[in-house]
Amino acid sequence: MASGLQLSREELGAVYRRMRTIREFEDAVHAEFSAGAIPGFVHLYAGEEASGVGVCMHLDERDAIASTHRGHGHCIAKGVEVGPMMHEIFGRKDGLCGGKGGSMHIADLSKGMLGANGIVGAGAPLVCGAALTAKTLKTGGVAVCFYGDGASNQGAVLESYNLAKIWDLPVVFVAEDNGYAESTASSWSVGGSQTGRGTGFGIPSREVDGADFFGVYEAAGEAIERARRGEGPSLLHVRLNRFYGHFEGDAGTYRLPEEVEAARKNDPIELFRQRVIEASLLSAEELDAADREISAEIRDCLAAAKAAPMPTEADLMTDIYVTY
Amino acid sequence: MSKKSYRQAINEALRQEMERDERVIIMGEDIAGGTGAAGDQDAWGGPMGVTKGLRPQFGGDRVLDTHLAEISFVGAAAGAALTGLRPVVELMFVDFMGVCFDQIFNQAAKFRYMFGGKAVTPLVIRTMYGAGFRAASQHSQCLYPVFTHIPGLKVALPSNAYEAKGLLTQAIRDDDPVIFFEHKAMYDEEMEVPDEPYAIPFGEANVTREGDDVTIVAFGRMVNFANQAADSLAKHGITCTVVDPRTTSPLDTETILETVEETGRLVVVDEAHPRCGMAGDIAGLVAERAFDSLKAPIKLVTAPHAPVPFSPVLEDIYIPGVARIEEAVRAVVEHDRKVAAE
Repeated sequence: MASGLQLSREELGAVYRRMRTIREFEDAVHAEFSAGAIPGFVHLYAGEEASGVGVCMHLDERDAIASTHRGHGHCIAKGVEVGPMMHEIFGRKDGLCGGKGGSMHIADLSKGMLGANGIVGAGAPLVCGAALTAKTLKTGGVAVCFYGDGASNQGAVLESYNLAKIWDLPVVFVAEDNGYAESTASSWSVGGSQTGRGTGFGIPSREVDGADFFGVYEAAGEAIERARRGEGPSLLHVRLNRFYGHFEGDAGTYRLPEEVEAARKNDPIELFRQRVIEASLLSAEELDAADREISAEIRDCLAAAKAAPMPTEADLMTDIYVTY
Repeated sequence: MSKKSYRQAINEALRQEMERDERVIIMGEDIAGGTGAAGDQDAWGGPMGVTKGLRPQFGGDRVLDTHLAEISFVGAAAGAALTGLRPVVELMFVDFMGVCFDQIFNQAAKFRYMFGGKAVTPLVIRTMYGAGFRAASQHSQCLYPVFTHIPGLKVALPSNAYEAKGLLTQAIRDDDPVIFFEHKAMYDEEMEVPDEPYAIPFGEANVTREGDDVTIVAFGRMVNFANQAADSLAKHGITCTVVDPRTTSPLDTETILETVEETGRLVVVDEAHPRCGMAGDIAGLVAERAFDSLKAPIKLVTAPHAPVPFSPVLEDIYIPGVARIEEAVRAVVEHDRKVAAE
């Protein structure tokens, strides 16, 4: 079993840097959106970092992930570069998607990141397809579907459990349950349980604490190894807290102030720091140094994105078809 | 060259493309038929037997029966196309697209644009359309105008067995998502079809009749009805040019406009409903870009704005037929002759 505490110092450093990069990125986007600099809809992953990173630490270039409208963290966790991401979120010509996708459609196929998705639950069938490709072409690849508690009620997701099971696909379903489908509580909107649903389809299913990187890492490792061995799909129910609202601009009045405060105290990055410092695996000084570097990197990529040129009218009608 | 049915022509295109490229896989409900059952593992070959024989030749890894849940298996085909396979997924009846439309128009159609031109989605969705099977309102619609409306999709409507083989071969080799419409009343129609593989390019209309008096633009099965009408009218001194656009997206607007400029009259024949359909679309195109060539108002021959009825008596009235096409052609020819006489 892959225990996170057995990771090398370099690997633990990489975990921390990824989680901290997501947090800095999202905090920067939050500030810029509040200042009116970012158009459209933005949904932030702050508070959920241990899920994306805990899963993606097991993945490599053979593997694909599908994400949600809350996709920035999954991108960074899968190794997508923050510079082109930030350009994309600002609608710039040199963005990851030429400024045509934006936050909700950010994708990097070269990294196996099949896209954030504006349609809740839509990634689950796509991941079955990516897993079918891996299985058919015998690449050894695994496909991971990140989706929320809201999406877990979509027919697309429930159908995909069945398809992954009957086709014996190398899929891991990661139900990221941050407690709310937009503003509606998952404790009310989800009948039964996430793991009960998975088990009902014959899929090995586990619940994990999403604030605990090591718990996610261990459970994800088991599921991904199972998929790589050709033993079919697994499901993880990751309980999470999102630090911001459903979308930027959400006043969040459906949550009590003390609930948000408690969530922020259960910060996955701080918990990770404490664990690795207490176990003498990494020092506070080196983690602080990483923080400073990441802050500077995000500050630079923000400045670059804001200064970058917009697409022009000539870009409107390109990239619709390969040939037409 | 040998005589083949529309069904056999489609089967042959699938077989030859699967032989040519091992990334081509086919999937769908009952596409082999019998998976998991004790009996024949190629029991159906699709509900109309179109894919019969492919499972024994290519095996279960490339000819995949699916569960009966369209969102997931059509979406899986889109995801497989995005990641390196070239899936041909059968959706049985086009009416079922309503179940899985998101995966088609929000996902497959938009990957390339949303991802800044970096995605290639070589997906083919084969589906049956059209009335005439006594299959009633939920198994008889045309719906190709709905798909034609969506940027990112291509839409092919083969009007006979030759067209079916060539257009499907192109669809499979094409790097964009293609919705391939097979008219369920045509599967047994036979003609001479080459045995070797060939592709018919998209966006290049086929002129099936040449005449001086009227241009008839028709789609899918209606091309045959238009040809019959043209042949009948020719015996009475009225000659028609019949245009089969072959694909509604991309659409060969140039051939349509050129032939209307020559004949000065237009009849459009479309089995779909009249509102926001191809008939209105072609009429709009010609009114905008060839208005000065017109000698008579444009006539549209379409199904009514009504669901497809079950009763054979009603369904036969519903489907645009040869007689209605002839009547429309006579009307546009007589229009300017009448005006000239006045």
